[in-house]
Amino acid sequence: METSISRKRLTKEEKAKLKKIKPGRLAKREAVTGVIFILPWIIGALVFLAYPLITSFWYALNNIRITPIGKVFTFVGHGNFTEILLADADFPTQLIEYLASTILSVPVIVVFALIIAMMLNEKIKARGFFRMIFFIPVIIVSGPILGMLTEQGAGSITAIDTQAITSAISSFLPGPVAEPISELFENMIMILWYSGVQILIFLSGLQKIDRSMYEAAQIDGGSGWECFWKITLPTIKPLILLNCIYTIVFISNNDQNEIIELIKASMFSGIQEKGYGYASAMAWLYSIVVLLLVGLFALLFTARKDVYERQVKKAKKQMKKEEREARKIERRSIRNAKKIEKRRKSGRYKSYAGSDD
Amino acid sequence: MQEAMTKDKKMKTSKAVRPWYQDMTKEKVQRFLFGSKEKEGFIKMFVIYALLICIGFIYIYPIMYMISKSFMSLDDLLDSSISWIPSSINLSNYVQAANSMDFWKSLMQSILIAGIPTLCNVVSCSLIGYGLARFEFPFKKLVLAIIIFTFVLPSQITMIPTYVMYSNMGILGTLWSFILPSLLGMGINAPIFILIFYQFFKQVPKVLIEAAQIDGAGYFKSFLRISLPSAAPALITVTLFSFVWYWNESYLTEMYVHGVLTSSGWTTLVIQLDQFAANYSSYATTATNAATSLNESISMAGTMLSILPLLLMYFVLQRYFVESIDRTGITGE
Repeated sequence: METSISRKRLTKEEKAKLKKIKPGRLAKREAVTGVIFILPWIIGALVFLAYPLITSFWYALNNIRITPIGKVFTFVGHGNFTEILLADADFPTQLIEYLASTILSVPVIVVFALIIAMMLNEKIKARGFFRMIFFIPVIIVSGPILGMLTEQGAGSITAIDTQAITSAISSFLPGPVAEPISELFENMIMILWYSGVQILIFLSGLQKIDRSMYEAAQIDGGSGWECFWKITLPTIKPLILLNCIYTIVFISNNDQNEIIELIKASMFSGIQEKGYGYASAMAWLYSIVVLLLVGLFALLFTARKDVYERQVKKAKKQMKKEEREARKIERRSIRNAKKIEKRRKSGRYKSYAGSDD
Repeated sequence: MQEAMTKDKKMKTSKAVRPWYQDMTKEKVQRFLFGSKEKEGFIKMFVIYALLICIGFIYIYPIMYMISKSFMSLDDLLDSSISWIPSSINLSNYVQAANSMDFWKSLMQSILIAGIPTLCNVVSCSLIGYGLARFEFPFKKLVLAIIIFTFVLPSQITMIPTYVMYSNMGILGTLWSFILPSLLGMGINAPIFILIFYQFFKQVPKVLIEAAQIDGAGYFKSFLRISLPSAAPALITVTLFSFVWYWNESYLTEMYVHGVLTSSGWTTLVIQLDQFAANYSSYATTATNAATSLNESISMAGTMLSILPLLLMYFVLQRYFVESIDRTGITGE
């Protein structure tokens, strides 16, 4: 009411002034500028993410043949998927192999990177030199080069007898379990080579830990072992997740990965049943598996919260519950008071403070 | 208490003229081996150095192997008594490998294919990172979530429609198929770069930008003149990593730029290495001078040639690479 009256009294100039200093206007302008800054990304996401995602799903449901007139689509529904999972000679086995080797090698890479990062974080001489060595693989790692090196036998060290290790493993483990493990040993160097960036990420995380925390723990009598488990590990826990995800993504997009080569091969194969549609279906299956894998690791490293955090949450819950209870009691008392008031008015009770009840 | 004791001991040793072995009390040996509060123990340091040297050796073993093998002549390869050091430095492997890879042309094209999208990546990712870090707008959280999602999503899923799209646009087999996505913030590993810039621009104090705006700078000018110069470490990191990743990318390069079934004329050293055996045999049959058939040494020389440019770059810019992640604070989330 009041505002409408006051608005009528304003002249045109005053109105314009008011409009200018209207709260939220600056925020709105900032928001628009922000959107303009990320406009390239929005266009990119639409053109190179949303559109291809939808189209590739449509492709996956079709059998596509390339003829001189153009692409001929034949709708086959889930035919491609069932074909891949049930009839394809390579894809399911490759996928399972990929899963097994990734689940095995990710912890190895991450633990290894953590150990090296912790050693590099000690006060040692020639730190720069060691850092340089451990970072070389980041520059070199690419599919063809790794392929060439493993082909020529530089991928495993001849000094370490991998054959003995493999035979020892396969003697007391069943075949499907032993195979990825022995593969891990055979390609040890290549696996170690994957951990260049991870070492750096851990190293920078370790350097950010406050030294005084360790000093305080030492004064309280904590050993180095305890310090590692109670201080270092909880502090760099988010980095462990980051490194796990990075490793998975790296392994999945690496040229050494045979599945992506399989997808490419079936995309350009001249066989009628294959082609774009079949390859799209493969890509979808593969992507879902990769995303599930990332989700699994994310769950593993975020589900378990700190003891402290858990207790705070518990206490908060308890407080909320008590508050609710208190409010309930308050409401009830108000209700009861009203009831009594009503009854008193109707004349049932002459006086509440009477001694008879 | 203990500090006082050690001080006492130090004073004593400095004064003492007794032979050294009389100073070797049990405590001292123990302190030497297991360390005290001020100094790390000898055993611990020894283990750390030993481990670092061993693992470091494993790390550079393939490179050493490659260098050693690439200089060997055929006789050295067959001689079982020679395992590491070739009997003579033999450069003909390199000459033959370089000829079959068409080294200089491939090198130039590699630099172009890695360099131009890198520049586009830097421009677009810095803009996007700044927009995300500096401004508040609705659905910002969603945008960040999608960026992380695109990092995790394998590129194969969007590859086929993108390939079809490029071929419809007629840019398949040209550099545009790399430039376009990197200009729009969708290049190789662009999510990482966007997040690096995002982290970095968030650390630039807002007061500084506001002061510039009071002095009359627009949004874009305050970005160009204030935020960007202070983000120099992030710029260096993104440039280096983007260059290395584009250089090493062979899957998508072969798909979009080089061409899978027919070659478009664009090629990179890494792709040449991928097709080394085929290239070499065609070279060996057409070469006028007698070329030896493909052997280990020539393959290793080819591999060495294809990583040599990056290796040189790494040794020159090593400091920036190693310090990059420290300074950009990609881990500060």
